[in-house]
Amino acid sequence: MQKFEAGASIDGFELVERLQSGGMATLWRARNPKFDFPLLLKIPFLDPGGDVSVILGFEAEELILKRLSGPHVPRFAASGSLAKVPYIAMEFVAGVGLAELTNGAPQPPDEVARIGAEIAKALAALHRQKVVHLDLKPENIILAERGAVLLDFGLARHAELPDLLGEESSVPMGTAAYMSPEQVLGERSDPASDIFALGCILYQLATGEEPFGRPATFAGMKRRLYHAPKPPRDIDKAIPRWLEAVIVRCMEVDRSRRYGEAAHVLSDLRNPDQVVVARKSTPSNEWGWGAIRNLFRRTDEKSLVGKAANSAARAGPPIVLAAVDLASGSDALAGEVRNETARVLAARQDSWLACVTVLKTEIVGTTPDVDESGRLVYLQRLVALKDWARPLHLPEDRISYHVLEAVSPADAILNYAEHNDVGHIVVGARSSSAIRRHLGSVSTKVVARALCSVSVVRLKAVEEESRLRP
Amino acid sequence: MRIAILSDIHANREAFDAVLGVVRKQAPDQLVLLGDLVGYGPDPVYVVEKAADLVEGGAFCIKGNHDEAAALGRTDMTENARVAIEWTRERLAREHFDFLAQLPLSLRSEDRLYVHASAERQEKWLYIRDVDAAERCLSASDARFIFCGHTHIPAIYYALSGRRPVHFRPLDNVAAPLSELRRHLVVVGAVGQPRDGNPSACFALLDTERREVTMVRVPYDHEETARKIQASGLPGWLGMRLKIGR
Repeated sequence: MQKFEAGASIDGFELVERLQSGGMATLWRARNPKFDFPLLLKIPFLDPGGDVSVILGFEAEELILKRLSGPHVPRFAASGSLAKVPYIAMEFVAGVGLAELTNGAPQPPDEVARIGAEIAKALAALHRQKVVHLDLKPENIILAERGAVLLDFGLARHAELPDLLGEESSVPMGTAAYMSPEQVLGERSDPASDIFALGCILYQLATGEEPFGRPATFAGMKRRLYHAPKPPRDIDKAIPRWLEAVIVRCMEVDRSRRYGEAAHVLSDLRNPDQVVVARKSTPSNEWGWGAIRNLFRRTDEKSLVGKAANSAARAGPPIVLAAVDLASGSDALAGEVRNETARVLAARQDSWLACVTVLKTEIVGTTPDVDESGRLVYLQRLVALKDWARPLHLPEDRISYHVLEAVSPADAILNYAEHNDVGHIVVGARSSSAIRRHLGSVSTKVVARALCSVSVVRLKAVEEESRLRP
Repeated sequence: MRIAILSDIHANREAFDAVLGVVRKQAPDQLVLLGDLVGYGPDPVYVVEKAADLVEGGAFCIKGNHDEAAALGRTDMTENARVAIEWTRERLAREHFDFLAQLPLSLRSEDRLYVHASAERQEKWLYIRDVDAAERCLSASDARFIFCGHTHIPAIYYALSGRRPVHFRPLDNVAAPLSELRRHLVVVGAVGQPRDGNPSACFALLDTERREVTMVRVPYDHEETARKIQASGLPGWLGMRLKIGR
């Protein structure tokens, strides 16, 4: 095997400094004038006659990393031929390794939620690019200034590429402490597996304990199908119920109960008041009596983990934002926005609705809820919003309500949509008026600047006119 | 180097022309016709003459089982195929038979082997429908890339020495990677009679530098082809299947 030293050059990359490396590859800081970002070279250990999984992992990472983009992955620079010197050159990402924070766990709940939201956002971006990481763990996450950055795609799976790694091996692949139950059973295609791993990380950050330890045997790993870890609040009562509810829902064995979308986890972590905690600490059978019942029931293990919701992702947006103007009560336009919202939601069973209405404030910095009358206006609007949504008959875990206070309704809607990874916005447009033509309407601005699809709902001109006539 | 590979044209003029239109825009370095120029479809003369022109211009062309049956008058085929071959033979002239008869069973170019059915006992026209058949095909040649047609269903088998090949169903119009480490058996979909549920014509575009192969799908006027099949007295099912891609 070739030895590398600082100062050596590979395909124009000068090795600068060797970094702490894992068992599969050596990592080097590197320089190359062709690239205007800091570089890292990953050189796999390829012993003749060595473990073939090293080669397969290298192959998978090279295939997947070069197809990924965005702030939540290191930029791909170049790769070296397996026939000569195999390497992957990528961006060196500066930041805090999540492992440092899990080592310092438990962390305060607010911090857990903040970190969790960053990771969820990175996962949502990854899953949108049709990739499942399948080895999410603190060592593979860097908290950088630009957000969470995910590393090491050696076990990852791209939905449109052959799974050469998975087809070669029947043993579960991943890290025992964070591996989802369906991965333990050999499944390698469901984004929900990464959400399970995120749940394990949040559990560890919140409690300071690893939920499943680090089992070394297959039987040990399979325990997680039958035995739920201690609910987080059994370890520390200071953990808020809502945070426990989010963690537990990430870690559901049955995927029909688990979050199906990282964007939904993100939204719950950012909006604690919207998390459904009615189920307390035993939200499903697996977390309590169910576990005992399972001991006496011979079940097909595959049926425990439920079905992957893969096809759902193509059917429609996971999170729909309905922006409804209730300043003058629930009018015909608000009703039409609701009808359109219902149609968008109908595209998929597990979609989820964020109802947003904006309470306009006159001056920046003045919040109406500081005084008693302001608080009252806020509550009235929230009641009106809930009343508006009632005919949709959505269960409470598919809907959330947000009264945003802002000078610019369009900015508030756009800001909310971006921060919560909304997939589709439904917004109403009033008929044209002199003032609106002068200032530009909310819907126009939303359409122009939204990062997702937008449906603009307008009443047919005749109806609007007749409605306005006294 | 970029190579366009067209298999199983089956006398389908509309599909062949539509695909050649796309191929022309792609301007590949090499064109390969992977066999079964004739059989099933209503335009054998047009397709054979067009193929001969392309070969004149530097394209590779190999023989398929339908080409052999048409040239030799073989009848050991399924009922529809046999009826179509008899119909085809009535329409082809001496020069067409000669062109089909002289086509090679396979062709090797650098590290690539082109063969219509399987590299294993080529003259037996075996189908590669599973990993076992793929494994036997791969072990019959030392080429790094083997390109076949014959099944009308796109597939790629990735082979690592000493291990069973891995099957992958390439997605339409999405480049599938080719590995530096492995040997590959690429089963190209059909131009003239797709059977994977998508009625659009299919051909493969190989890019040796990018190490990728794409199953390119080209919609064409299959209603017109079906109409011609109906009008010419060929079995009706041969037109129907073009509409559903089965």
